[in-house]
Amino acid sequence: MDFDLKPEHQALRRFVREFVQEEIKPLVKQIDRTSLVPDELLKKAAEAGLFGIPFSQKYGGMGAGETGYCILMEEMGRADASTTAIIGAHIGIGVMAIYLDGTEELKRRYLPDLCAGRKIAAFALTEANAGSDAASIRLKAVREGDSYMLDGEKMWITNGPIADVLSVLAITDPSLGARGGATCFAVETKQEGFSAGKREEKMGLHGSPTAALKFDNVRVPRENVIGKVGLGFVTMMKTLDIGRVSLGAATLGGAQATLEAAMQWAKMRFQFGRNLANMQSIQFMVADMAAEIEALRSLVYRTAWLVDAGRPFTKEAGMCKLLGSEIASRCIDRALQIHGALGFTRDGGVERAWRDSRINEIFEGTNEIQRIVIASELFQEIGVRIRP
Amino acid sequence: MDFGLTDEQQMFRDMFRSFSQKEIAKVAEHTDKEEQLPPELLNKAAEQGMLGALVPDTLGGAALDPLSYTLMLEEIGKACLSTAAVICVHTSLATQAVLDFGSDEQKERWLPALAAGEAIGSFALTEPDAGSDAQSVSTRVVRDGSDYVLTGVKSWAGNAGIAGLFVVFAATDPKANGRGMSAFVLEKDMPGLKVGHREPTLGLRGATFHTVYLDGVHVPEANRLGGEGDGWKIASNSLEYVQLALGAAGLGIAQAAFDAGRAFAVERKQFGVPIATKQAIGDYFAETVIEIESLRHLIHYAAWLAEQKQSFASEAAIIKVLAARAARNATNRMLQVHGGYGFSAEYSISRLYRDARALDLMGGTPQIQRVLLAQHVFASTGVEVKP
Repeated sequence: MDFDLKPEHQALRRFVREFVQEEIKPLVKQIDRTSLVPDELLKKAAEAGLFGIPFSQKYGGMGAGETGYCILMEEMGRADASTTAIIGAHIGIGVMAIYLDGTEELKRRYLPDLCAGRKIAAFALTEANAGSDAASIRLKAVREGDSYMLDGEKMWITNGPIADVLSVLAITDPSLGARGGATCFAVETKQEGFSAGKREEKMGLHGSPTAALKFDNVRVPRENVIGKVGLGFVTMMKTLDIGRVSLGAATLGGAQATLEAAMQWAKMRFQFGRNLANMQSIQFMVADMAAEIEALRSLVYRTAWLVDAGRPFTKEAGMCKLLGSEIASRCIDRALQIHGALGFTRDGGVERAWRDSRINEIFEGTNEIQRIVIASELFQEIGVRIRP
Repeated sequence: MDFGLTDEQQMFRDMFRSFSQKEIAKVAEHTDKEEQLPPELLNKAAEQGMLGALVPDTLGGAALDPLSYTLMLEEIGKACLSTAAVICVHTSLATQAVLDFGSDEQKERWLPALAAGEAIGSFALTEPDAGSDAQSVSTRVVRDGSDYVLTGVKSWAGNAGIAGLFVVFAATDPKANGRGMSAFVLEKDMPGLKVGHREPTLGLRGATFHTVYLDGVHVPEANRLGGEGDGWKIASNSLEYVQLALGAAGLGIAQAAFDAGRAFAVERKQFGVPIATKQAIGDYFAETVIEIESLRHLIHYAAWLAEQKQSFASEAAIIKVLAARAARNATNRMLQVHGGYGFSAEYSISRLYRDARALDLMGGTPQIQRVLLAQHVFASTGVEVKP
C-alpha cells in the first residue's frame, strides 16, 4: 500500500490550488451576489486545462484520471461551489457519458473542443416526473431517415443554459420504456428546436446555471447515439456512478475549508476570558469535523483508485456522494455555529457555503437514492434483489 | 392535570391563526425578498393585541395568559419566522423588562405605546466582545448630576432599525461583571444614540439586527429600570421569556414545514406511487412528529409554570435547545422531501430552512444553554460549573 499521491498528481494539486487562490477566490462573493460565474474565469480555467483533467491526452485531455479529477474537485470545492458545479457537471457527467460509451468517431469529433473548454457540456436526464425515478422519463426520440427527432422536456439541468453539447437520454422504444427502450444522444444546442428556459432561482449555488430544457423536434444525426440504441439508461447510470466520486471530492474540499476557517475563528475569538479553542464543546465539534473529513478523504481517494484500476466501484461511489454531502453539510453547519452570529451574516463565507452545500444531498441522485443503490449492491451479494 | 385548552385559549388561538394566515403568511415571501416587514403589518398586529400580549388591559395590553401567548407565537411562527422574531424581541425582551421591573410610573409611561405599536421595542445587550459571555458588557455608564451618560457599542440589537424604545444594558461597575450592570430605557431620538450597520442575514431577513452606537447618551435617572446593578437580573428574565417565545415560534415553523412537506409527499409521485408511501419518507415524518409533539408539551408545561408564577428558567433553556433542533430538523427533512424543488426559491421550504437556522443562535446558543443546564444539574452538589 502506498498512500502518497504520484508526483504528477502532487504537481497537479499545487497547480490547481494556485489557480483557485489567484483566479477563483477573489470572485467568490461576486459570483454569489450576481448569480454569474464570469465568462472570463471560465476562459482562464479552460486555458489552464481544467476542463479535460481526467480524459486521455489522445482526445486533448490532461490524462490525470479519476484521481486527478478528484484533486481538481477537492481544490475547487475549497473555494467556490458554483464554479465547481459548472466544471463538475461538464467533466463528471456531461463529457463523461461520451467518453465512456461514445464511438471513436464521436469522441474524436467532440472531445477535443470539450476538453479544451471551447465547448461546455451538460447531462440531461431528469424530467418533471422523473427525478429519483429516472426510468420514468418521457422525452422521445423518433427515427426519421438517418436522424432521430427529439421531442420533450428536461428539468433541473446544471449548465443547461450555457451548454454547447448535451448528453441526453430519450425514449426510442416506448414499448420497452427506459430499461431497454432508451437511448443516449450527444445533442448540439445550436440545433433548431432546442431552447433553454430561464435560470432557476435557488437558495444557493447561485453561479451555477440550472434550467429546464425544451426539445421541439430537434434533429440529431444517427452517428450521435452514445453507446447502443436501447441501452442508454445503462450509459447514464454508469456515468452517474463516476460523477458521484468527484462530487465526494468536491464536498471534501468544502468541508476541509470550513474546518480551517472555524479553527482560525476559534483561535481569535475570546469569550469568558479565553479563546473558543479552549472551550471543550468547541474542541469536540472540531474533532468530530476532522474525524469525518479524514474518513471521507480516505474513501474518496480509495474509490478514485478503484476507478483508475478498472475495478468495480458502484457501491463506493454511492458512499462518496452520500457521506460527502452529509459530512460537508454537518461540517459547514458546525463551522457556522462556531462563528456564532457572524456565521449568520452574508458578510462572511460560511453563510454562503451553508446555502451552497445543501444541494449536494439532493442532486446527482438524492441521498435516498444513494442509500438504495448501496443497499441494492449489498443485498445482491447475498442473492436478494431489492426494488426502490 | 388537564391538558385541554380553555374556551378562551381556543378562541385566542383561532383568532391568532386566522390573522396570521390571512395577514402574515401571505406576505412572508415578500418580507424575505424585501428584507423588511410590510409597513402596515405591525399596526395590524397591534390591533390584534399581539404587541401588548402580556401587558395588562388597563395599560392597553391584551393581558394574555402565558399559554395563550405561546399559542400566539406558534401561529405567527407558522406564518413567518421573521415576523415572529420581531414580535418576540418586542414583547419578550423589551416589553417584558418594563413590565417586570418598571415602576408604576415607568409602566404607565411606556407600556401603552409599546402595546399599541406606537413604539417598537429593541433590546441591546450583546456587544462585539460580549456574545455568549453576555455579562461582560463593556458599555460604560457614568453619573452626571441627575443623569447617566452611556458610552459604548452594541451589536445585533434586535429591531433596532424600526424601534422607538431601546432597553440598553451598561456596566455601572465594570469590575463587578454581571453584578455591576444596569438597564436603561432609551428613546430613539436621544442625542448620541445612533443606529448603525444592519446585519445582512442568512435567514430572518424581515427582522432587523443592527450595531447601535452610544456616544455619550444622556439618560435621565427616571429611565433606569430597577436599581443600579439589577441589569443582569433584568436581562436574564427577558431572556427566559424570549426562550419560551422563540420556542413557541420554533414550534410554529416546524409545523409549517411539516404541513408543506406532507402536502408535497402526497402530491409527488415517483415509482408510480406518492412518495409518502415510501418507508424512508415516512420515517422523516415520524421523526418530525416526535420532536414537534415533545416540544409542544414542554412549552405548555413551561407556560403553566409561568402562569403559577413559578420559575421556568431551566425549562426555558431546554425549550430553546429542543425548539431549535425540532425546527431545524423539520425544515431540513422537509426540504429533502421536496427534492430539487426544495432548493428552488419557487417553494417556501428553503426560506423556512434558512429562517430556522437562526434559532440555534438567537436568544442564546445551545452551547450556552447546555452550560446553564449543567450548572442547574450540579447546583445542589456544591460543584461549580463554569462556562
